[in-house]
Amino acid sequence: MNIVPSTSDFQWIVPEITVTVLGLIVLLFSAFRKAKGPSLAAGVLTLVGGVVAFYFAVGLWGARVNLFNALYVVDDFGTFLKYIFLTILLLVSLVSLSYTKREGIVSGEYYSLLLFAVLGMMVMVSSNSFVTIFIGLEVMSLSIYILCGLLKGSLRAVESSLKYFLLGSFGTAFFLYGIALIYASSGTIDIQAVRAAAIGRGLGGNAIFLAGIAFLIVGFGFKIASVPFHMWTPDVYEGAPTSVTVFMATGVKAAAFGAFLRVFYTAFYPLISEWSGVLWFMAVLTMCVGNITALLQNNMKRLLAYSSIAHAGYILIAFVTGDRLSSSSVLYYLLAYTFMNLGAFTVVILLGRKGEAHEDIDSYAGLASRHPFIALCMTIFLLSLTGIPPLAGFAGKFYIFSDAIKGEYYWLAVIGMLNSAVAAYYYLRVLMYMYFKEPVKDLGKVDMSPVYVLVMLVSVGALLYLGIFPRDFLLLAQKSVAIFGQ
Amino acid sequence: MNQLSFPILSTLIYVPLLGAILLLFVNRKHETFIRSFTLVFSLIEFALSLPLFFFFDEKASGMQFVEKAQWFPEWGMSYSLGIDGISLLLILLTTFLTVLCVLASWKAIESRVKEYFVTFLFLETAMVGTLCSLDLILFYIFWELMLIPMYLLIGIWGGPRRVYAAIKFFLFTMAGSVLMLLAIFALYFQYHKATGLYTFNVLDLYNATVPGGLQYWLFGAFALSFAIKVPMFPVHTWLPDAHTEAPTAGSVILAGVLLKMGTYGFLRFAIPFFPKAAFDATPLISILAIIGIIYGAIVSMMQPDVKRLVAFSSVSHLGYVMLGMFAFNMQGVQGSIYQMLNHGVSTGGLFLLIGMLYERRHTRMIADFGGLSASMPLFAVFFMIVTLSSIALPGTNGFIGEFLILLGAFRAHMVYGIVATSGVVLGAVYMLWTYQRVMFGEIKREENRQVKDIGKREVLILCCVVFFIVLMGVYPKMFFRKMDTSVHDYLGFVKQRYASYLTMEGKPAGSAALEALAGQPLKDDR
Repeated sequence: MNIVPSTSDFQWIVPEITVTVLGLIVLLFSAFRKAKGPSLAAGVLTLVGGVVAFYFAVGLWGARVNLFNALYVVDDFGTFLKYIFLTILLLVSLVSLSYTKREGIVSGEYYSLLLFAVLGMMVMVSSNSFVTIFIGLEVMSLSIYILCGLLKGSLRAVESSLKYFLLGSFGTAFFLYGIALIYASSGTIDIQAVRAAAIGRGLGGNAIFLAGIAFLIVGFGFKIASVPFHMWTPDVYEGAPTSVTVFMATGVKAAAFGAFLRVFYTAFYPLISEWSGVLWFMAVLTMCVGNITALLQNNMKRLLAYSSIAHAGYILIAFVTGDRLSSSSVLYYLLAYTFMNLGAFTVVILLGRKGEAHEDIDSYAGLASRHPFIALCMTIFLLSLTGIPPLAGFAGKFYIFSDAIKGEYYWLAVIGMLNSAVAAYYYLRVLMYMYFKEPVKDLGKVDMSPVYVLVMLVSVGALLYLGIFPRDFLLLAQKSVAIFGQ
Repeated sequence: MNQLSFPILSTLIYVPLLGAILLLFVNRKHETFIRSFTLVFSLIEFALSLPLFFFFDEKASGMQFVEKAQWFPEWGMSYSLGIDGISLLLILLTTFLTVLCVLASWKAIESRVKEYFVTFLFLETAMVGTLCSLDLILFYIFWELMLIPMYLLIGIWGGPRRVYAAIKFFLFTMAGSVLMLLAIFALYFQYHKATGLYTFNVLDLYNATVPGGLQYWLFGAFALSFAIKVPMFPVHTWLPDAHTEAPTAGSVILAGVLLKMGTYGFLRFAIPFFPKAAFDATPLISILAIIGIIYGAIVSMMQPDVKRLVAFSSVSHLGYVMLGMFAFNMQGVQGSIYQMLNHGVSTGGLFLLIGMLYERRHTRMIADFGGLSASMPLFAVFFMIVTLSSIALPGTNGFIGEFLILLGAFRAHMVYGIVATSGVVLGAVYMLWTYQRVMFGEIKREENRQVKDIGKREVLILCCVVFFIVLMGVYPKMFFRKMDTSVHDYLGFVKQRYASYLTMEGKPAGSAALEALAGQPLKDDR
């Protein structure tokens, strides 16, 4: 077996290389920097890196190659997700420019870890082998564990970091064990080869193989924060620095769903009847638990954490239906979900100050009369999360539920829809606080830094555009899942 | 067809939105400017809607002023608009009531004036859009869009229990409409299975053949969503709260237009899509409608709060609308549509009157009034006229509507007609009794002696209302002419579809069963 990679393979992974190199440069740059504390330059470097990587990634659209002895693959599915990750990276770094300064987060480590996490995500969704997926997963997870604890002196942040690390390692162990079982029963860790083995050798009845699938579901279920593997989510989301929370809520979830989709719609697709039932229950549980628990939350970060659990449930609906075209609605939903969460968390960041996070729902009372612009933006984000047309959240739900009906999963669709009516209650509750109540506490001067405004405007624009003209993006998503259609 | 070489419906939809967006950039301190600006925009909107009435070809069947553009061709979504005789009149009602509402809010709204009028114009866009849409997704978008501004109107500018009322309103409607969305998908895929075409176009989907069991489920989902909006008897509980807490103009729009969206939904979507299920559900819906008529009237009688009383009377009035619609004959359906307009004008008028009273006395309890006719003679006259129209006195608009509905109900099913007629008596009881307690009798409270009578602006508003009460009462032909063809085609279509379903099932085909149901031969229906 020839293990020397051909050098020409590297031209296909320029975005990954860019991100890695930038990560190293940022790290080195701050190591040699005299002054401690936040620095603008690291953030700007990250932004530049993100843009450059995005530029190279755009050039990869349409390409379809196996690299490095079929360990790695560049295809439209991975590329589409790379666009999402890089968009998240850009917007999160923008927010971080102000946020790290306010909270006094050491920026060198912060930005380089962001970059490494994005590298991990990109590797995860472009792997053709379980081992490479695992490497990507670990690169991403380890970076995030540290990022969660970066807020020095904050007990909650350290707790969140530790909790995430312990439970995350647990999830990863399941994942790894699942890979081992798959390897034991099929003799390979190549996704395509597993698929061939599953069909050729009739592994559907093999208990070890099925156990492997089950363990992988647990591993992925942990990363996408689905019930019953969601327990860590609220605490970690609440404790972590908010910019990291939004990065987790959008990036990690998208990456985990991407890898989940690739593995299950390639390697295990022949056995869909075995696992879709399990995912059916997971979807229902995730939606119900997420939404019902969210009803009781008074902390915005926790509320958004539970709402992100619920949204994972909606995405699982499309997952269950097993229609390969319908996996495009997963991608579309991830895209829409990214912007609404980014926007909502930006508002959460914006209202806080050093030492006073202002994350409780009381801080939102009367926001509309004091800061109509922020309130209007937040309204759009919340309505999009609720799924009100013509916003992107509606379009996302629209495609997911139409898939469910198309696949004749009527009950799943009805449960999902009723859940989104329940969800309306807690999103509206925030709206109600913003518009119907008098202010109960003084927020002090709100830091309307241009970067926050920019991120909010970009999110609002994206939500409106994706909602009213969904066609272009949905066709892109459909093109990118075409790889499953063979 | 589009007789004006001009996208008039799109203009109608987006003019208020343009106004709302422009208003966003006006400094909130210039309150008078904001008010006049909104008034001008609503007047322009009303003026723009008038050509619809005059250029509408009453002989032509099918949709008019049609506009169509690609939106998402792969999925069969299109931006398609058009109106027929049914939606035409509702659009005019919408634009007309909006002008009155802006006038009525002139003084009543003191806080956050800018937001109020922005919300109001936004609401108008959503309402007109809902009535014009001929694409199910477009319709659904506007349908859901109506929720947000109404939620804000109730929640921000409403009465003491406004937050509760606003959330209840939103959740009830939302729960209904999400199920409708699923039914829309099911219909869409069913149509695709049968024809191989993906389309959300309403006119194409009319021809979808939906098999028995599925048809009942889908009709159920559509009907539930619309029944909540109407509101029909068991799902009406959001209405009294929403009406009572909403600001005056909010109540007017809610009663005048938003409730009609439910009945309009039945006419445009639920019944023609699923005629078999609709015909089979006739007894259920008629009985619920009759329960609504009588229950609404009895509960009205007991209300101490005059606004809540009118709110419950809406349940009763909308019961008539549903009863007429499910009589499936010319009289019933035409009466039903006419009653939708009447209810908008009369109940809208009542809410306006109560709003004026509230602005003066800051109470709505009947017990706090009494003897007002002495201090407010002008007000008393208008109140009397609107009250009489609400109880359907001959010569007012209400009479025409209720008479036709009862006639239709009699022809369809004698018992329904008889029972429903008792509602007319009850209606007279609660309205006249209220009038008596509020306007006549001795003045027990000193404040009632000092009350100022209504001013010029208010007289202008009420004159508009009374004008239509009388016009629609003495010259209904002007309006019926516009809807004759549409209603006739609609009935013919629905019955023919029903017959074809019966033939498909191998039951005694055709008109025998229909005639039994409609109590008349099919042909000589005009």
